[in-house]
Amino acid sequence: MGKSLYQKVWESHAVSTLADGRTQVFIGTHLIHEVTSPQAFGMLRDLGLKVKYPQRTFATVDHIVPTENQDQPVDPLAAEMMAALQSNADDFNVTYFDLKSGKQGIVHVVGPEQGITQPGTTIACGDSHTATHGAFGAIAFGIGTTQVRDVLATQTMAMEALKVRRIEVNGKLRPGVYAKDVILHIIRQLGAKGGIGYCYEYAGNIFDEMSMEERMTVCNMSIEGGARCGYVNPDEKTVAYLKGRPYVDMSDFEATAARWLSFASDPDATFDDVVKIDAGEIEPTVTWGISPDHGIAISETIPDPAAAATPVEKASIEEALAYMKLPAGTPIKGVKVDVAFIGSCTNGRLSDFREVAKYIQGHKVAEGVKAIAVPGSQIVAQLCKQEGIDKIFTAAGFEWREAGCSMCLAMNPDKLVGDQLCASSSNRNFKGRQGSPTGRTVLMSPVMVAAAAIRGSVADARELFDLAPQSAVA
Amino acid sequence: MALAKVTSVSGTGVFVPGADIDTDRIIPARFMKCVTFDGLGEFAFYDVRFNPETGEKTEHPLNDPRFKEASILLAGVNFGCGSSREHAPQSLSKYGFQAVIAESFAEIFFGNSTTLAMPCVTLTAAEIAQLREAVEADPAVEITIDLAAKRVRSSAGHDFALNIPESARDALVSGRWDPIQELLDNESKVSATAAALSYV
Ligand code: SF4
Repeated sequence: MGKSLYQKVWESHAVSTLADGRTQVFIGTHLIHEVTSPQAFGMLRDLGLKVKYPQRTFATVDHIVPTENQDQPVDPLAAEMMAALQSNADDFNVTYFDLKSGKQGIVHVVGPEQGITQPGTTIACGDSHTATHGAFGAIAFGIGTTQVRDVLATQTMAMEALKVRRIEVNGKLRPGVYAKDVILHIIRQLGAKGGIGYCYEYAGNIFDEMSMEERMTVCNMSIEGGARCGYVNPDEKTVAYLKGRPYVDMSDFEATAARWLSFASDPDATFDDVVKIDAGEIEPTVTWGISPDHGIAISETIPDPAAAATPVEKASIEEALAYMKLPAGTPIKGVKVDVAFIGSCTNGRLSDFREVAKYIQGHKVAEGVKAIAVPGSQIVAQLCKQEGIDKIFTAAGFEWREAGCSMCLAMNPDKLVGDQLCASSSNRNFKGRQGSPTGRTVLMSPVMVAAAAIRGSVADARELFDLAPQSAVA
Repeated sequence: MALAKVTSVSGTGVFVPGADIDTDRIIPARFMKCVTFDGLGEFAFYDVRFNPETGEKTEHPLNDPRFKEASILLAGVNFGCGSSREHAPQSLSKYGFQAVIAESFAEIFFGNSTTLAMPCVTLTAAEIAQLREAVEADPAVEITIDLAAKRVRSSAGHDFALNIPESARDALVSGRWDPIQELLDNESKVSATAAALSYV
């Protein structure tokens, strides 16, 4: 019987069965950043242990970096965290893509860029969006700090096997519908808890046709659907993307590529669950509430608690609307925005900025809207500059920033103020996520964020940028 | 490294309402600027315990002096979802919680808590509602999570069957909730696995 990619990777990385029944899994690549690693290094020191495979551990700094000017002095706590990462990297011989390297960026942008992220590998990072790397056919997942310690000390961790759900999206996407809309739609359909206990395999012609960067956008948000990880099977696009990148061994590339491709799920692989979605049903999707599964098509109205099917659902809609200060039953289109943010590990890559740049020329950010564009890495920033994309953004009234997580979770100076509403290309719309305890987030694709910035309100990018033909839904 | 066997946890309880309480809510990101976990306890649920505009205490149950001593947290569905930050269970543990009872847990939060020897067990919504009623009527009601017998009991007479994945239960009751020693002991097997992987 055939095997899924998940099974193949799991079996090749299983070390032993532990006394509690869990599996000890070898972690091929360990990525670390400044927020979740210092405590783990502290535990390592307390136990008198070393990093077992320093050459398989890679560090960068992303969450707390100021983006207006990366060199500007940071607050003392942030400075302490950066200094801790530097000294841990030095003491334990770990590669560190620091601010001066020209390669710094959000850890989930840096890994693929450097060719560290490879098919058929296991990747762990003390960060829940590690699933991003699944775009390459890796089994990649977020871990807690104590597990960061385990991986540092042993290059392994204790884990239970996951079930695999294959999500097939076939058909044709309508104009103006992006990878972000596909994943927001999937999460809306299956729920924020739907993936608990699962790894998601994204399959069907829609993912086959996506670029590697679009696949990363999809895999990135697996965790928002409750899945620990998600992947797309490696194919020729995966191979072409990785070819020649710094950490790819080019000595016998053909053999390497063949090995990578061999990890793809077999045609007769079986899955614990299969979900089929018609691509033609997917609309540009935005969130209206405080959970990533609070998504609706831009043409829909904000849910009405009165129409809820169960008392639990009713209470949850009421709580969300009270926080969002949005009226039930009214169109989401037209809701005023104060801030527009394009960036993050979901949508902060070259293709995201390129796509937006195609449409914003000749437009201006609406008066009173603060719009910021934050490249996901120093390399993305550099490439955008070479193509003149930064100029297009600034001409349209965006602030063009330096690389970092920025307003995705606002551990740096980029924060919402009071109950500002932000049209955001990031991945989480939790209460207080963007730095103000009352700040409000509406998730959407980068092109939709640009449309919202220009209109000054949640808008249908297809109308503003004339992305005809119009959808069938009025 | 001999670890304590966690066979049973007892204490008074407090109910924190809401479904899908994410780890950003448990510990807002701005309090993650730290290089150790010490001191995180006072920031647990900060943004819902204090009015963001005035800084005044809200009516959050953790601000209610009747529940000051509570060491068992009662919650709803999908508790601990969102960010993988271990800061969340760490802040609850440092705050003084020794266990969480909820309808369901997000996976990473669950694993992180187990590794801190803070059991997370599930009961049904109706059972949690009964415990809530009991502790709200009398905060001195003592709740016992008996991991050996797989029951949750209370001094008010409740006795429910609890659920917890067997691997986590076993790890807690047999004092293996922190797997580091076992992982280290398997060094030769680890090297063999690594040797078979062409990319390592
Ligand atoms: S961009 Fe946002 S989601 Fe991604 S790693 Fe940074 S903070 Fe986390």
